[in-house]
Amino acid sequence: MLTVTIDNHTIEVEEGTTILQAARMIGGAVVPPAMCYYSKLKESGGKCRTCLVKVAQGSARDPRPVPKLVASCRTPVADGMVVQNITSQEVIDTRKAIVEFLLINHPLDCPVCDQAGECDLQNLSYDNGREESRFEEAKRTFKVVDIGDKIQLHMNRCILCYRCVYAADQLTNKRSHGILYRGDVSEISTYIQNDIDNDFSGNIIDVCPVGALTDKTFRFKNRVWFLNPMNASRSCNKCSGKVTAWMRGEEVYRVTGRKDQFGEVEEFICNECRFDKKERTDWTIEGPRNIKRASVISQNHYLNSKQPTVILPLEDRTVTMEEFEKNSNNEIQP
Amino acid sequence: MSANQNIGSLSGRSKIVSNKKMTFAERIYLPAIFGGFRITISHFFKKKATIQYPEETRPIAEIYRGKHVLKRDDEGRERCTACGLCALACPAEAITMIAAERKEDEMNLYREEKYASVYEIDMLRCIFCGLCEEACPKEAIFLTNVTVPSDLHRSDFIYGKDVLVEPVDKRVDISHRQTPEVLAFKKDKNQSHNV
Repeated sequence: MLTVTIDNHTIEVEEGTTILQAARMIGGAVVPPAMCYYSKLKESGGKCRTCLVKVAQGSARDPRPVPKLVASCRTPVADGMVVQNITSQEVIDTRKAIVEFLLINHPLDCPVCDQAGECDLQNLSYDNGREESRFEEAKRTFKVVDIGDKIQLHMNRCILCYRCVYAADQLTNKRSHGILYRGDVSEISTYIQNDIDNDFSGNIIDVCPVGALTDKTFRFKNRVWFLNPMNASRSCNKCSGKVTAWMRGEEVYRVTGRKDQFGEVEEFICNECRFDKKERTDWTIEGPRNIKRASVISQNHYLNSKQPTVILPLEDRTVTMEEFEKNSNNEIQP
Repeated sequence: MSANQNIGSLSGRSKIVSNKKMTFAERIYLPAIFGGFRITISHFFKKKATIQYPEETRPIAEIYRGKHVLKRDDEGRERCTACGLCALACPAEAITMIAAERKEDEMNLYREEKYASVYEIDMLRCIFCGLCEEACPKEAIFLTNVTVPSDLHRSDFIYGKDVLVEPVDKRVDISHRQTPEVLAFKKDKNQSHNV
């Protein structure tokens, strides 16, 4: 076991744990944000640089600090390591600059984008970004591409995190898309507009941190904050069948995987559950999902509000209705 | 006999009535009558407190919050992109909308690739607070100084796009609603999508 200190919180972790994983074990504000790292996808991480942290002490044996900031998602901890995340001004300043870099080519079209309200980049820029853009040049633009009949690719919004490439590589037996070209001109594409049709290809929508890959069956249907995310399940022979059904009234608008507090799905779901089962009768509704209070999705959802009860429910009554009426009659008599 | 006769008036405004004998001038009543006429006639020459309402209206503030308008941009395209922020901000939950995708041949009708195919405000629920106007990121919805007219049926108060969207040939001027700070902000190149 190795002892590591992150923002003055000390934790013992096993060998091979990365700094980001150790921070997630502590939880709270200590956790660095991550746009490209996805714990369920092997080899992911190290692309976006939002999780950069300062290592103030390399290890107990060699207490010198690491000269540059390191990507916490790819750096394994050493015994006696001291890490600074939000306690270091250098990290905060760098993260602000990283957000600005990520937004260079990202269009500011949140009112149009379906991902708004549950977008990792939107949250990141609200938490760490500048209030206004300093970028004056033209942003790169692409045409909207359909990848298959259920998924749409908006290359304008892509931040090249590679999550969808890893997801397709590791979940499906035949990956048919990837990143073409290099550097500033690189883009997600399929080989000559190939369709992606695999049973688990829909998960590239869930892993996308921005609105680059969107569900065509939900495109412009509704805004996420008007929907109620519900835990739902069905017996499915391809996947676990445990999903989030985004409902309004009795209608199921869209189906996604269940995302945990770090925005990662708990279990990947199949395309049949995601795209084809949009009837209320297809699903067993288990109950509402827990939404962060700060999230816009919790707006106007009065789930936990205390309703004033005029007549108490039956089990809470200490007097019977007859007694109650008799007593109240006595009161109004002169 | 009740007790409060002994402690006098609580308000201090009661008058003690006496059976004093009236003078001759009081007994003929005419001075009092003409005094009353004088007050009545003097009102003919005073400024009226009422107005003839449908023909005349009282002046209202320029930033009065009345009926909503959905603005078009300079090229006549609808600005609203059905982002739903007005409906989210609305404390009375009076706004509903359904979004649709712009087709190739509708480029001159809608500014963004998404638009509101249905946009409805329930004027009976609306409290004219102006929060929709503040929430709008596309400068699409504004409140005007037009009052909402009365009507006979509840269903007639649900205003759709046919009432709310300004006609292309009859633009609604909302420039007086925007402070110099807002207008200066809109000149910023990064905000050019809002002009």
